[in-house]
Amino acid sequence: MGKTITEKIFETHRRDNPSRNNVVLNIDVVMCHEITTPIAVNDLQERGLDRVFDPNKIKVVIDHVTPSKDSKTATQAKILRDWARRQNIKDFFDIGANGVCHALFPEKGFIRPGYTVIMGDSHTCTHGAFGAFAAGIGTTDLEVGIFKGVCSFRLPETMKISIIGELPQGVYAKDVILKIIKELTVNGATDKVMEICGPVVDRMSMEARMTLCNMAIEAGATCGVCMPDRVTAEYLWPFIQDEYESIDAAVEDFKKWHSDADAKYVAELTLDVSDLVPQVTYGFKPDEVKDITELEGSRVDQVYMGSCTNGRIEDLRAGAEILKGKKIAPTVRGILSPATPKIYNQAMEEGLIKIYMDAGFCVTNPTCGACLGMSNGVLAEGEVCASTTNRNFNGRMGKGGMVHLMSPYSAAAAAVKGFITDPRKIV
Amino acid sequence: MKTFGGPALFLDRNDINTDEIIPAKYLTENSKLALKPFILEDLKLPGFDPVRDTQGVGVVVTRSNFGCGSSREHAVWVFEVNDINVVIGESFARIFRQNMFNCGMPAIELGKDDLDALFGLGDKVEISIDIETETLTAKGNKEIACGFSLNSFDKDLVKAGGWLAYADKKY
Repeated sequence: MGKTITEKIFETHRRDNPSRNNVVLNIDVVMCHEITTPIAVNDLQERGLDRVFDPNKIKVVIDHVTPSKDSKTATQAKILRDWARRQNIKDFFDIGANGVCHALFPEKGFIRPGYTVIMGDSHTCTHGAFGAFAAGIGTTDLEVGIFKGVCSFRLPETMKISIIGELPQGVYAKDVILKIIKELTVNGATDKVMEICGPVVDRMSMEARMTLCNMAIEAGATCGVCMPDRVTAEYLWPFIQDEYESIDAAVEDFKKWHSDADAKYVAELTLDVSDLVPQVTYGFKPDEVKDITELEGSRVDQVYMGSCTNGRIEDLRAGAEILKGKKIAPTVRGILSPATPKIYNQAMEEGLIKIYMDAGFCVTNPTCGACLGMSNGVLAEGEVCASTTNRNFNGRMGKGGMVHLMSPYSAAAAAVKGFITDPRKIV
Repeated sequence: MKTFGGPALFLDRNDINTDEIIPAKYLTENSKLALKPFILEDLKLPGFDPVRDTQGVGVVVTRSNFGCGSSREHAVWVFEVNDINVVIGESFARIFRQNMFNCGMPAIELGKDDLDALFGLGDKVEISIDIETETLTAKGNKEIACGFSLNSFDKDLVKAGGWLAYADKKY
Protein backbone atom coordinates (compact mmCIF):
# COMPACT_ATOMS: atom_id res chain seq x y z
CA MET A 1 0.00 0.00 0.00
CA GLY A 2 1.15 3.54 -0.76
CA LYS A 3 2.38 6.04 1.79
CA THR A 4 1.62 9.66 2.49
CA ILE A 5 4.40 12.25 2.58
CA THR A 6 4.15 12.27 6.37
CA GLU A 7 4.49 8.48 6.59
CA LYS A 8 7.60 8.71 4.41
CA ILE A 9 9.12 11.40 6.61
CA PHE A 10 8.29 9.43 9.77
CA GLU A 11 9.87 6.31 8.28
CA THR A 12 13.14 8.05 7.41
CA HIS A 13 13.40 9.87 10.75
CA ARG A 14 12.27 7.16 13.17
CA ARG A 15 14.50 6.89 16.22
CA ASP A 16 12.31 4.76 18.43
CA ASN A 17 8.83 3.35 18.90
CA PRO A 18 8.14 3.75 22.60
CA SER A 19 4.69 2.24 22.03
CA ARG A 20 2.63 0.97 19.12
CA ASN A 21 1.11 4.41 18.51
CA ASN A 22 4.07 6.63 19.35
CA VAL A 23 7.17 7.44 17.40
CA VAL A 24 10.27 9.29 18.50
CA LEU A 25 11.69 11.19 15.52
CA ASN A 26 15.15 12.55 14.83
CA ILE A 27 14.74 16.28 14.27
CA ASP A 28 16.45 18.18 11.44
CA VAL A 29 15.69 21.72 12.63
CA VAL A 30 14.91 22.94 16.14
CA MET A 31 13.79 26.57 16.05
CA CYS A 32 13.74 28.81 19.11
CA HIS A 33 12.30 32.18 20.08
CA GLU A 34 12.49 34.24 23.24
CA ILE A 35 9.05 33.45 24.69
CA THR A 36 9.13 29.66 25.00
CA THR A 37 12.88 28.94 25.02
CA PRO A 38 14.33 30.75 28.09
CA ILE A 39 12.57 28.50 30.61
CA ALA A 40 13.98 25.46 28.79
CA VAL A 41 17.46 26.98 28.78
CA ASN A 42 17.25 27.85 32.48
CA ASP A 43 16.00 24.37 33.32
CA LEU A 44 18.84 22.67 31.41
CA GLN A 45 21.31 24.90 33.23
CA GLU A 46 19.81 24.09 36.62
CA ARG A 47 20.03 20.39 35.85
CA GLY A 48 23.67 20.74 34.79
CA LEU A 49 22.72 19.74 31.23
CA ASP A 50 23.52 23.01 29.46
CA ARG A 51 24.36 21.45 26.09
CA VAL A 52 22.85 21.33 22.59
CA PHE A 53 22.67 18.25 20.37
CA ASP A 54 23.97 20.12 17.30
CA PRO A 55 24.42 23.92 17.12
CA ASN A 56 24.03 23.84 13.32
CA LYS A 57 20.55 22.39 13.56
CA ILE A 58 19.30 25.00 16.01
CA LYS A 59 17.95 28.30 14.65
CA VAL A 60 17.26 31.15 17.02
CA VAL A 61 15.40 34.43 16.72
CA ILE A 62 14.14 37.15 19.01
CA ASP A 63 10.82 38.05 17.42
CA HIS A 64 7.85 38.19 19.77
CA VAL A 65 8.68 41.41 21.59
CA THR A 66 11.46 43.25 19.83
CA PRO A 67 12.94 45.71 20.59
CA SER A 68 12.20 44.67 24.18
CA LYS A 69 9.39 46.69 25.78
CA ASP A 70 10.34 46.31 29.46
CA SER A 71 12.80 44.63 31.81
CA LYS A 72 11.07 41.27 31.67
CA THR A 73 11.13 41.01 27.88
CA ALA A 74 14.69 42.36 27.87
CA THR A 75 15.63 39.53 30.25
CA GLN A 76 14.02 36.94 27.98
CA ALA A 77 15.96 38.31 25.02
CA LYS A 78 19.17 38.30 27.04
CA ILE A 79 18.76 34.70 28.17
CA LEU A 80 18.29 33.64 24.54
CA ARG A 81 21.16 35.82 23.25
CA ASP A 82 23.61 34.64 25.91
CA TRP A 83 22.66 31.03 25.31
CA ALA A 84 23.03 31.27 21.52
CA ARG A 85 26.54 32.74 21.97
CA ARG A 86 27.50 30.23 24.64
CA GLN A 87 26.41 27.31 22.46
CA ASN A 88 27.99 28.67 19.25
CA ILE A 89 24.67 28.79 17.44
CA LYS A 90 25.57 30.75 14.34
CA ASP A 91 22.04 31.12 13.01
CA PHE A 92 20.92 33.61 15.62
CA PHE A 93 18.90 36.66 14.57
CA ASP A 94 18.78 39.71 16.78
CA ILE A 95 17.72 43.33 16.28
CA GLY A 96 18.53 44.55 12.80
CA ALA A 97 18.33 41.05 11.36
CA ASN A 98 15.32 39.63 13.16
CA GLY A 99 11.84 38.96 11.89
CA VAL A 100 8.78 36.82 12.55
CA CYS A 101 10.16 33.28 12.89
CA HIS A 102 7.88 31.55 10.38
CA ALA A 103 8.63 34.16 7.74
CA LEU A 104 12.34 34.53 8.52
CA PHE A 105 13.47 30.90 8.69
CA PRO A 106 12.01 29.83 5.33
CA GLU A 107 13.57 32.92 3.75
CA LYS A 108 16.98 31.78 5.04
CA GLY A 109 16.55 28.40 3.34
CA PHE A 110 16.49 26.45 6.60
CA ILE A 111 13.50 24.31 5.67
CA ARG A 112 13.74 21.59 3.02
CA PRO A 113 11.37 18.94 1.71
CA GLY A 114 11.35 15.86 3.90
CA TYR A 115 12.67 17.65 6.99
CA THR A 116 11.38 17.28 10.52
CA VAL A 117 10.99 20.67 12.20
CA ILE A 118 9.90 21.62 15.71
CA MET A 119 9.51 24.89 17.57
CA GLY A 120 7.87 26.03 20.77
CA ASP A 121 5.30 27.86 18.72
CA SER A 122 2.01 26.53 17.44
CA HIS A 123 2.34 28.12 13.99
CA THR A 124 5.37 25.97 13.19
CA CYS A 125 2.95 24.08 10.92
CA THR A 126 3.69 26.88 8.41
CA HIS A 127 6.84 25.08 7.26
CA GLY A 128 4.81 22.14 5.97
CA ALA A 129 4.45 24.34 2.89
CA PHE A 130 7.90 23.05 1.88
CA GLY A 131 6.90 19.40 2.14
CA ALA A 132 8.32 19.10 5.65
CA PHE A 133 6.81 17.66 8.82
CA ALA A 134 6.73 20.75 11.02
CA ALA A 135 4.96 20.85 14.35
CA GLY A 136 4.44 23.24 17.21
CA ILE A 137 5.45 21.82 20.57
CA GLY A 138 5.67 22.89 24.20
CA THR A 139 8.74 23.92 26.16
CA THR A 140 9.55 20.44 27.52
CA ASP A 141 9.54 19.01 23.98
CA LEU A 142 11.70 21.94 22.94
CA GLU A 143 14.07 21.31 25.83
CA VAL A 144 14.50 17.65 24.85
CA GLY A 145 14.81 18.74 21.20
CA ILE A 146 17.64 21.14 22.05
CA PHE A 147 19.35 18.61 24.26
CA LYS A 148 18.83 15.35 22.38
CA GLY A 149 17.58 16.22 18.89
CA VAL A 150 14.48 14.05 19.21
CA CYS A 151 10.74 14.57 19.68
CA SER A 152 7.85 12.18 20.25
CA PHE A 153 4.63 12.17 18.26
CA ARG A 154 1.60 9.96 18.02
CA LEU A 155 1.40 8.50 14.55
CA PRO A 156 -0.74 11.09 12.79
CA GLU A 157 -3.41 10.22 10.27
CA THR A 158 -3.64 12.35 7.16
CA MET A 159 -6.60 14.29 5.78
CA LYS A 160 -6.42 15.17 2.11
CA ILE A 161 -7.79 18.57 1.22
CA SER A 162 -8.00 19.25 -2.50
CA ILE A 163 -8.51 22.81 -3.69
CA ILE A 164 -9.95 22.95 -7.17
CA GLY A 165 -11.34 25.59 -9.51
CA GLU A 166 -9.97 29.05 -10.07
CA LEU A 167 -9.41 31.64 -7.33
CA PRO A 168 -11.49 34.71 -8.21
CA GLN A 169 -10.03 38.22 -8.18
CA GLY A 170 -9.75 39.58 -4.65
CA VAL A 171 -9.77 36.14 -3.04
CA TYR A 172 -6.55 34.81 -1.53
CA ALA A 173 -4.98 31.88 0.29
CA LYS A 174 -6.22 33.40 3.59
CA ASP A 175 -9.81 33.20 2.39
CA VAL A 176 -9.26 29.58 1.35
CA ILE A 177 -7.82 28.51 4.70
CA LEU A 178 -10.53 30.35 6.66
CA LYS A 179 -13.11 28.48 4.57
CA ILE A 180 -11.36 25.17 5.26
CA ILE A 181 -11.28 25.85 9.02
CA LYS A 182 -14.98 26.72 8.92
CA GLU A 183 -15.67 23.36 7.24
CA LEU A 184 -13.45 21.33 9.59
CA THR A 185 -14.13 23.28 12.84
CA VAL A 186 -11.45 24.11 15.43
CA ASN A 187 -10.80 20.47 16.32
CA GLY A 188 -11.73 18.80 13.06
CA ALA A 189 -8.10 17.97 12.30
CA THR A 190 -6.79 17.24 15.82
CA ASP A 191 -3.99 14.63 15.75
CA LYS A 192 -4.07 14.76 11.96
CA VAL A 193 -1.91 16.16 9.21
CA MET A 194 -3.73 18.31 6.66
CA GLU A 195 -2.33 17.56 3.23
CA ILE A 196 -3.38 20.57 1.16
CA CYS A 197 -3.16 19.92 -2.55
CA GLY A 198 -4.90 20.28 -5.89
CA PRO A 199 -4.51 22.52 -8.93
CA VAL A 200 -5.11 25.76 -7.02
CA VAL A 201 -2.30 24.94 -4.57
CA ASP A 202 -0.03 23.84 -7.43
CA ARG A 203 -0.38 27.32 -8.92
CA MET A 204 0.24 29.08 -5.60
CA SER A 205 3.51 30.73 -4.60
CA MET A 206 5.42 29.54 -1.53
CA GLU A 207 4.13 32.62 0.28
CA ALA A 208 0.51 31.62 -0.34
CA ARG A 209 1.21 27.99 0.60
CA MET A 210 2.74 29.18 3.85
CA THR A 211 -0.46 31.12 4.59
CA LEU A 212 -2.47 27.91 4.04
CA CYS A 213 -0.26 25.71 6.21
CA ASN A 214 0.16 28.40 8.87
CA MET A 215 -3.45 28.10 9.97
CA ALA A 216 -3.66 24.29 9.94
CA ILE A 217 -3.28 24.45 13.75
CA GLU A 218 -6.49 26.50 13.93
CA ALA A 219 -8.33 23.34 12.86
CA GLY A 220 -6.31 21.43 15.47
CA ALA A 221 -3.93 19.83 12.94
CA THR A 222 -0.45 18.66 13.90
CA CYS A 223 0.89 20.00 10.62
CA GLY A 224 -0.24 21.27 7.23
CA VAL A 225 1.71 19.99 4.26
CA CYS A 226 2.01 20.74 0.53
CA MET A 227 3.83 18.61 -2.04
CA PRO A 228 7.29 20.01 -2.85
CA ASP A 229 7.44 20.88 -6.54
CA ARG A 230 9.00 23.34 -9.01
CA VAL A 231 7.69 26.32 -7.04
CA THR A 232 9.43 24.92 -3.93
CA ALA A 233 12.63 24.23 -5.86
CA GLU A 234 12.72 27.72 -7.37
CA TYR A 235 12.18 29.32 -3.95
CA LEU A 236 14.97 27.21 -2.43
CA TRP A 237 17.32 27.39 -5.42
CA PRO A 238 19.82 29.89 -3.92
CA PHE A 239 20.30 27.47 -1.01
CA ILE A 240 20.35 24.16 -2.88
CA GLN A 241 22.22 25.00 -6.06
CA ASP A 242 25.33 23.21 -4.83
CA GLU A 243 23.33 20.06 -4.16
CA TYR A 244 21.60 19.73 -7.52
CA GLU A 245 22.72 20.08 -11.13
CA SER A 246 19.61 21.98 -12.08
CA ILE A 247 16.22 23.03 -10.81
CA ASP A 248 14.80 20.13 -12.83
CA ALA A 249 16.99 17.72 -10.88
CA ALA A 250 15.75 19.17 -7.58
CA VAL A 251 12.13 18.91 -8.72
CA GLU A 252 12.73 15.27 -9.66
CA ASP A 253 14.39 14.51 -6.32
CA PHE A 254 11.61 16.17 -4.32
CA LYS A 255 9.15 13.70 -5.86
CA LYS A 256 10.48 10.99 -3.57
CA TRP A 257 8.55 12.68 -0.78
CA HIS A 258 5.24 12.94 -2.63
CA SER A 259 2.33 10.99 -1.27
CA ASP A 260 1.74 7.86 -3.33
CA ALA A 261 -1.39 7.67 -5.48
CA ASP A 262 -2.66 4.78 -3.35
CA ALA A 263 -1.79 6.36 0.01
CA LYS A 264 -4.42 5.99 2.71
CA TYR A 265 -6.28 9.03 4.03
CA VAL A 266 -8.55 9.20 7.04
CA ALA A 267 -10.74 11.77 5.28
CA GLU A 268 -10.86 13.66 2.02
CA LEU A 269 -12.33 17.07 1.37
CA THR A 270 -12.60 18.83 -1.96
CA LEU A 271 -13.19 22.55 -2.08
CA ASP A 272 -14.05 24.34 -5.31
CA VAL A 273 -13.00 27.95 -4.79
CA SER A 274 -14.32 29.34 -8.08
CA ASP A 275 -17.22 31.03 -6.32
CA LEU A 276 -15.47 31.77 -3.04
CA VAL A 277 -15.90 35.31 -1.73
CA PRO A 278 -13.55 36.97 0.78
CA GLN A 279 -13.91 35.34 4.22
CA VAL A 280 -13.85 36.92 7.66
CA THR A 281 -14.21 35.66 11.24
CA TYR A 282 -17.00 37.07 13.40
CA GLY A 283 -16.62 35.45 16.84
CA PHE A 284 -13.88 34.32 19.18
CA LYS A 285 -12.98 31.07 17.41
CA PRO A 286 -11.19 30.73 14.07
CA ASP A 287 -13.97 28.49 12.71
CA GLU A 288 -16.57 31.22 13.20
CA VAL A 289 -16.25 32.40 9.62
CA LYS A 290 -18.66 34.16 7.28
CA ASP A 291 -18.65 35.64 3.79
CA ILE A 292 -17.43 39.21 4.16
CA THR A 293 -20.67 40.48 2.67
CA GLU A 294 -22.48 39.26 5.80
CA LEU A 295 -20.40 41.58 8.01
CA GLU A 296 -20.60 44.62 5.75
CA GLY A 297 -20.53 47.82 7.81
CA SER A 298 -19.11 46.29 10.99
CA ARG A 299 -16.94 48.96 12.69
CA VAL A 300 -13.18 48.59 13.16
CA ASP A 301 -10.86 50.77 15.26
CA GLN A 302 -7.56 49.29 14.15
CA VAL A 303 -6.25 47.49 11.10
CA TYR A 304 -3.23 45.26 11.59
CA MET A 305 -1.23 43.94 8.65
CA GLY A 306 1.57 41.53 9.39
CA SER A 307 2.37 38.26 11.24
CA CYS A 308 3.51 34.79 10.22
CA THR A 309 0.22 34.35 8.39
CA ASN A 310 0.16 37.43 6.18
CA GLY A 311 3.23 39.66 6.64
CA ARG A 312 5.02 38.57 3.47
CA ILE A 313 5.73 40.60 0.33
CA GLU A 314 2.70 39.35 -1.62
CA ASP A 315 0.48 40.29 1.32
CA LEU A 316 1.93 43.79 1.42
CA ARG A 317 1.37 44.10 -2.34
CA ALA A 318 -2.27 42.98 -2.01
CA GLY A 319 -2.94 45.59 0.69
CA ALA A 320 -1.15 48.28 -1.30
CA GLU A 321 -3.33 47.56 -4.32
CA ILE A 322 -6.30 48.80 -2.26
CA LEU A 323 -4.46 51.60 -0.43
CA LYS A 324 -2.69 53.19 -3.38
CA GLY A 325 -3.70 56.84 -3.63
CA LYS A 326 -6.19 56.51 -0.74
CA LYS A 327 -6.31 57.59 2.88
CA ILE A 328 -7.44 55.35 5.70
CA ALA A 329 -10.57 56.42 7.57
CA PRO A 330 -9.88 59.01 10.30
CA THR A 331 -11.39 56.69 12.91
CA VAL A 332 -8.92 53.90 12.11
CA ARG A 333 -5.36 53.26 13.26
CA GLY A 334 -3.43 51.41 10.58
CA ILE A 335 -0.38 49.35 11.57
CA LEU A 336 1.87 47.49 9.16
CA SER A 337 4.62 45.17 10.36
CA PRO A 338 6.53 43.65 7.41
CA ALA A 339 7.45 40.19 8.68
CA THR A 340 11.20 40.31 7.99
CA PRO A 341 13.90 42.88 7.15
CA LYS A 342 14.15 41.41 3.64
CA ILE A 343 10.42 41.91 3.10
CA TYR A 344 10.66 45.42 4.56
CA ASN A 345 13.48 46.30 2.16
CA GLN A 346 11.73 44.82 -0.80
CA ALA A 347 8.56 46.72 0.10
CA MET A 348 10.59 49.93 0.21
CA GLU A 349 12.16 49.24 -3.16
CA GLU A 350 8.75 48.52 -4.67
CA GLY A 351 7.32 51.73 -3.22
CA LEU A 352 4.85 49.83 -1.03
CA ILE A 353 6.01 51.39 2.25
CA LYS A 354 5.33 54.83 0.81
CA ILE A 355 1.83 53.77 -0.23
CA TYR A 356 1.10 52.57 3.31
CA MET A 357 2.58 55.67 4.92
CA ASP A 358 0.83 58.05 2.52
CA ALA A 359 -2.43 56.28 3.35
CA GLY A 360 -1.82 56.97 7.05
CA PHE A 361 -0.38 53.67 8.25
CA CYS A 362 2.28 53.42 10.92
CA VAL A 363 5.00 51.04 9.71
CA THR A 364 6.70 49.15 12.55
CA ASN A 365 9.72 46.86 12.58
CA PRO A 366 9.22 43.14 11.99
CA THR A 367 7.77 41.53 15.15
CA CYS A 368 4.98 39.24 16.35
CA GLY A 369 3.97 41.92 18.89
CA ALA A 370 0.37 42.89 18.29
CA CYS A 371 -0.85 39.52 16.99
CA LEU A 372 -0.81 38.10 20.49
CA GLY A 373 -1.42 41.34 22.36
CA MET A 374 2.13 41.74 23.61
CA SER A 375 3.31 44.99 22.04
CA ASN A 376 3.13 47.34 19.03
CA GLY A 377 -0.65 47.60 18.71
CA VAL A 378 -2.48 46.17 21.74
CA LEU A 379 -6.24 46.84 21.77
CA ALA A 380 -8.19 48.59 24.52
CA GLU A 381 -11.35 47.12 26.03
CA GLY A 382 -14.21 47.24 23.52
CA GLU A 383 -11.99 47.93 20.52
CA VAL A 384 -12.20 46.00 17.27
CA CYS A 385 -9.31 45.10 14.95
CA ALA A 386 -9.41 43.93 11.35
CA SER A 387 -6.33 41.75 11.31
CA THR A 388 -4.35 39.61 8.88
CA THR A 389 -3.22 37.38 11.76
CA ASN A 390 -4.35 33.89 12.73
CA ARG A 391 -6.25 33.95 16.03
CA ASN A 392 -9.40 35.77 17.09
CA PHE A 393 -9.57 34.39 20.64
CA ASN A 394 -11.28 36.60 23.19
CA GLY A 395 -8.67 39.09 24.39
CA ARG A 396 -6.00 37.81 21.99
CA MET A 397 -4.84 41.27 20.90
CA GLY A 398 -5.67 42.90 24.24
CA LYS A 399 -8.09 42.25 27.09
CA GLY A 400 -11.67 43.00 26.03
CA GLY A 401 -10.64 43.51 22.41
CA MET A 402 -12.20 41.80 19.41
CA VAL A 403 -10.41 40.54 16.30
CA HIS A 404 -11.78 39.88 12.81
CA LEU A 405 -9.38 37.72 10.81
CA MET A 406 -9.21 38.38 7.09
CA SER A 407 -6.87 38.68 4.12
CA PRO A 408 -4.57 41.70 3.66
CA TYR A 409 -6.74 42.75 0.73
CA SER A 410 -9.88 42.79 2.92
CA ALA A 411 -8.04 44.41 5.85
CA ALA A 412 -6.83 47.26 3.63
CA ALA A 413 -10.41 47.82 2.48
CA ALA A 414 -11.56 47.96 6.11
CA ALA A 415 -8.84 50.55 6.80
CA VAL A 416 -10.07 52.78 3.99
CA LYS A 417 -13.72 52.58 5.01
CA GLY A 418 -13.45 52.32 8.79
CA PHE A 419 -15.66 49.26 8.69
CA ILE A 420 -15.63 45.76 7.21
CA THR A 421 -16.51 45.88 3.56
CA ASP A 422 -16.22 43.79 0.43
CA PRO A 423 -12.74 44.71 -0.89
CA ARG A 424 -13.77 43.88 -4.44
CA LYS A 425 -15.95 47.00 -4.40
CA ILE A 426 -13.07 49.32 -3.50
CA VAL A 427 -10.60 49.03 -6.37
CA MET B 1 4.43 6.84 42.09
CA LYS B 2 2.81 10.21 42.67
CA THR B 3 -0.92 10.09 43.35
CA PHE B 4 -3.33 12.16 41.32
CA GLY B 5 -6.62 13.78 42.24
CA GLY B 6 -8.25 16.29 44.56
CA PRO B 7 -11.26 18.61 44.66
CA ALA B 8 -12.69 19.27 41.19
CA LEU B 9 -13.20 22.51 39.30
CA PHE B 10 -15.82 22.20 36.55
CA LEU B 11 -15.34 24.24 33.38
CA ASP B 12 -18.43 23.49 31.33
CA ARG B 13 -17.49 24.62 27.84
CA ASN B 14 -15.85 23.23 24.69
CA ASP B 15 -12.75 24.73 23.07
CA ILE B 16 -11.28 26.52 26.09
CA ASN B 17 -8.08 27.93 24.62
CA THR B 18 -4.62 28.59 26.02
CA ASP B 19 -5.12 32.37 25.89
CA GLU B 20 -8.03 31.90 28.32
CA ILE B 21 -5.95 29.62 30.55
CA ILE B 22 -3.00 32.03 30.67
CA PRO B 23 -3.03 35.24 28.59
CA ALA B 24 -0.01 35.94 26.38
CA LYS B 25 0.96 39.06 28.31
CA TYR B 26 2.16 36.84 31.18
CA LEU B 27 4.46 34.83 28.92
CA THR B 28 7.23 37.28 29.74
CA GLU B 29 7.69 35.60 33.11
CA ASN B 30 10.79 33.45 33.40
CA SER B 31 9.60 31.35 36.33
CA LYS B 32 6.64 29.01 36.54
CA LEU B 33 5.68 30.22 40.01
CA ALA B 34 5.21 33.80 38.80
CA LEU B 35 2.26 32.61 36.70
CA LYS B 36 0.29 31.47 39.76
CA PRO B 37 -2.09 34.45 40.26
CA PHE B 38 -3.14 34.62 36.59
CA ILE B 39 -4.75 31.21 36.24
CA LEU B 40 -7.74 31.19 33.84
CA GLU B 41 -7.79 34.99 34.01
CA ASP B 42 -9.50 35.57 30.66
CA LEU B 43 -11.99 32.69 30.93
CA LYS B 44 -15.55 33.99 30.98
CA LEU B 45 -18.10 31.47 32.28
CA PRO B 46 -21.36 32.24 34.13
CA GLY B 47 -20.59 32.79 37.82
CA PHE B 48 -16.92 31.83 37.42
CA ASP B 49 -14.32 33.79 39.35
CA PRO B 50 -10.83 32.52 38.48
CA VAL B 51 -9.12 33.55 41.73
CA ARG B 52 -11.86 32.39 44.11
CA ASP B 53 -12.82 29.21 42.27
CA THR B 54 -9.34 27.78 41.79
CA GLN B 55 -8.49 27.79 45.52
CA GLY B 56 -7.75 24.29 46.79
CA VAL B 57 -8.54 22.63 43.47
CA GLY B 58 -6.66 19.51 42.37
CA VAL B 59 -8.52 18.45 39.23
CA VAL B 60 -10.02 20.35 36.30
CA VAL B 61 -13.02 18.72 34.61
CA THR B 62 -13.99 20.14 31.24
CA ARG B 63 -15.47 19.31 27.84
CA SER B 64 -13.93 18.87 24.38
CA ASN B 65 -10.86 20.33 22.64
CA PHE B 66 -9.48 21.76 25.88
CA GLY B 67 -6.22 23.69 25.55
CA CYS B 68 -6.56 24.58 21.89
CA GLY B 69 -4.55 27.45 20.43
CA SER B 70 -0.97 28.21 21.24
CA SER B 71 1.82 25.81 22.18
CA ARG B 72 2.53 27.56 25.48
CA GLU B 73 3.37 25.07 28.20
CA HIS B 74 2.57 27.92 30.57
CA ALA B 75 -1.02 26.62 30.32
CA VAL B 76 0.12 23.44 32.06
CA TRP B 77 2.53 25.15 34.45
CA VAL B 78 -0.14 27.56 35.68
CA PHE B 79 -2.13 24.49 36.74
CA GLU B 80 0.93 22.80 38.23
CA VAL B 81 1.86 25.79 40.42
CA ASN B 82 -1.76 26.00 41.58
CA ASP B 83 -1.56 22.32 42.65
CA ILE B 84 -3.85 21.12 39.86
CA ASN B 85 -2.38 17.80 38.75
CA VAL B 86 -4.98 16.25 36.42
CA VAL B 87 -7.22 17.54 33.66
CA ILE B 88 -10.22 15.45 32.59
CA GLY B 89 -12.13 16.15 29.40
CA GLU B 90 -13.80 14.65 26.37
CA SER B 91 -10.81 15.57 24.19
CA PHE B 92 -7.71 17.77 24.18
CA ALA B 93 -5.77 19.81 21.69
CA ARG B 94 -2.67 17.82 20.75
CA ILE B 95 0.03 20.17 22.04
CA PHE B 96 -1.72 20.80 25.38
CA ARG B 97 -2.20 17.05 25.92
CA GLN B 98 1.44 16.36 25.09
CA ASN B 99 2.57 19.17 27.39
CA MET B 100 0.59 17.64 30.27
CA PHE B 101 2.23 14.21 29.87
CA ASN B 102 5.61 15.84 29.23
CA CYS B 103 5.25 17.42 32.68
CA GLY B 104 4.29 14.05 34.15
CA MET B 105 0.64 15.03 34.59
CA PRO B 106 -2.23 12.98 33.16
CA ALA B 107 -4.72 14.44 30.66
CA ILE B 108 -7.56 11.94 30.87
CA GLU B 109 -10.16 11.48 28.14
CA LEU B 110 -13.61 10.25 29.12
CA GLY B 111 -16.68 9.50 27.03
CA LYS B 112 -19.51 12.03 27.09
CA ASP B 113 -21.73 9.89 29.37
CA ASP B 114 -19.03 9.50 32.01
CA LEU B 115 -18.27 13.22 31.82
CA ASP B 116 -21.95 14.10 32.16
CA ALA B 117 -22.06 11.91 35.25
CA LEU B 118 -19.14 13.85 36.77
CA PHE B 119 -20.80 17.16 35.94
CA GLY B 120 -23.94 15.84 37.65
CA LEU B 121 -22.28 15.28 41.03
CA GLY B 122 -22.85 18.79 42.35
CA ASP B 123 -20.43 21.56 43.31
CA LYS B 124 -18.32 19.74 45.87
CA VAL B 125 -16.66 16.80 44.20
CA GLU B 126 -13.51 14.94 45.18
CA ILE B 127 -11.82 12.93 42.43
CA SER B 128 -9.11 10.34 42.75
CA ILE B 129 -7.22 8.75 39.90
CA ASP B 130 -5.47 5.40 39.86
CA ILE B 131 -3.02 5.41 36.97
CA GLU B 132 -2.09 1.74 37.33
CA THR B 133 -5.61 0.35 37.20
CA GLU B 134 -6.86 3.19 34.97
CA THR B 135 -9.83 3.95 37.18
CA LEU B 136 -11.35 7.16 38.39
CA THR B 137 -13.45 7.56 41.53
CA ALA B 138 -15.52 10.67 42.19
CA LYS B 139 -17.36 11.54 45.38
CA GLY B 140 -20.02 14.26 45.28
CA ASN B 141 -23.71 14.00 46.02
CA LYS B 142 -23.05 10.30 45.34
CA GLU B 143 -20.03 8.18 44.53
CA ILE B 144 -19.25 6.99 41.03
CA ALA B 145 -16.35 5.16 39.43
CA CYS B 146 -15.36 4.70 35.83
CA GLY B 147 -12.45 3.42 33.80
CA PHE B 148 -10.29 5.28 31.33
CA SER B 149 -7.48 4.26 29.08
CA LEU B 150 -4.01 5.68 28.77
CA ASN B 151 -1.61 5.07 25.93
CA SER B 152 1.30 3.01 27.36
CA PHE B 153 3.87 5.67 26.41
CA ASP B 154 1.84 8.42 28.09
CA LYS B 155 1.67 6.23 31.18
CA ASP B 156 5.45 5.78 31.05
CA LEU B 157 5.87 9.56 30.92
CA VAL B 158 3.69 9.98 34.01
CA LYS B 159 5.68 7.29 35.83
CA ALA B 160 9.00 8.83 34.78
CA GLY B 161 7.87 12.24 35.99
CA GLY B 162 7.93 13.70 32.47
CA TRP B 163 9.57 13.58 29.05
CA LEU B 164 12.91 15.11 29.99
CA ALA B 165 13.61 12.46 32.62
CA TYR B 166 12.43 9.74 30.21
CA ALA B 167 14.44 11.01 27.23
CA ASP B 168 17.58 11.73 29.24
CA LYS B 169 17.75 8.09 30.26
CA LYS B 170 16.82 6.60 26.93
CA TYR B 171 18.29 8.70 24.10
